[in-house]
Amino acid sequence: MKTVIVKYNAGNVQSVMYAMDRIGASYLYTDDEAEIRSADKVIFPGVGEASTTMNYLRKVGLDKVIPSLKQPVFGTCIGMQLMCRFSEENNTTCMGIFDVDVKRFPATPEMKVPHMGWNNIFDYKSALTAEVADSAYMYFVHSYAAPVCEYTVATCDYVLPFSAMLQKDNFYAAQFHCEISGDSGQKIIENFLKI
Amino acid sequence: MLTKRIIPCLDVKDGRTVKGVNFVNLRDAGDAVELGALYAEQGADELVYLDITATIDGRSTFIDLVRRVAQTINIPFTVGGGISSIADVSALLHAGADKVSINSAAVRNPDLINELSLEFGSQCIVVAIDTRYIETEDGNEHIVHTHGGRKPTEIRSIPWAKEVEDRGAGEILLTSMDTDGTKNGFALELTATISGNANIPVIASGGAGNMDHFYDVFTTGKADAGLAASIFHFREIGIPDLKEYLNGKNLPMRMTK
Repeated sequence: MKTVIVKYNAGNVQSVMYAMDRIGASYLYTDDEAEIRSADKVIFPGVGEASTTMNYLRKVGLDKVIPSLKQPVFGTCIGMQLMCRFSEENNTTCMGIFDVDVKRFPATPEMKVPHMGWNNIFDYKSALTAEVADSAYMYFVHSYAAPVCEYTVATCDYVLPFSAMLQKDNFYAAQFHCEISGDSGQKIIENFLKI
Repeated sequence: MLTKRIIPCLDVKDGRTVKGVNFVNLRDAGDAVELGALYAEQGADELVYLDITATIDGRSTFIDLVRRVAQTINIPFTVGGGISSIADVSALLHAGADKVSINSAAVRNPDLINELSLEFGSQCIVVAIDTRYIETEDGNEHIVHTHGGRKPTEIRSIPWAKEVEDRGAGEILLTSMDTDGTKNGFALELTATISGNANIPVIASGGAGNMDHFYDVFTTGKADAGLAASIFHFREIGIPDLKEYLNGKNLPMRMTK
């Protein structure tokens, strides 16, 4: 099986590669369109700011490649947000795979933004959460989130309920960092590789 | 529900854990990677590795250690100690660290906080504040210290905490030098003031001696995370017991077993 991790100007991809190594899964880290198109699985990870990463994807044409892929694609963190329609982070038009807008967490006196740390996810509706314990804790770091919508396949609660995971056709996404979310996070990556 | 975090801190010199560690079940009690993996297995929510090596050679040893930690554990970890440039941070993040902690360099050059958060994102920039309550010309004040807490600056800790947030820090690691090593509990009032003012998470450090000290710092102290070293290394408190205890007192904890 050929798995590609998409190379672009987002950070923290190294820990995704190490997670793949721990699982014993091979991967290719590339931005080459032909390599991406010929992969069995595509992982679109990363940490970053929406407009900077989206501008880069447009510049290199990946904004057209990713939505047109037919094999299973898994976006995490900023990867997930870029797969949505729009992000309030610097008012960025994203790739529109998921017809939902990413919004900033409303500020409250009690709840800090960013949402940083371990939080539990629930209402599982995805093959990716198979054999993941109910109400499993995942590691989140983000200030923007997609509201619960028709594509939500796992929910998390911070200030308001939001989409912890999205799914539509061959596109899968998680807001949290599977690669550093302990054994539960690792299970989700393994499940994606098994689809 | 977002949980409170329990964070063991490992001081590392030449790739080895230096603060006394006494784990009979480890093949190599001084191996910083193996100890981190054990803490992760026991339910630690994050780890902090502080490099206390002063030499250039030690620096590359530390980067190698960071790489091995990242390859081994599947929870987030922060690295700190002697970081003073974008190049330092880039090397550590590239090796697989999730966050970096800066201290003296931020005091010397506060613009570094802005530069690092723009370059790498706020989420991975932790500013460590070592503070001590000392006499000043204006009466007693909480004053920022550098050089492992030995050297006072002219900076007041409470406004400094706000400033580092405004400059783009993603998290504050607050160590009270007054309580550090005493085992009499965290600096609750100061932690509550700084955490109450902040819209970013605050990790409290210094003074943990028993499980109630953690309860107090998460409630009265309003901390988002509690950090300790020797009480975990000497097995005075087990992480599973601590999390069980706090969970039993209705604090949100990530229970892994």
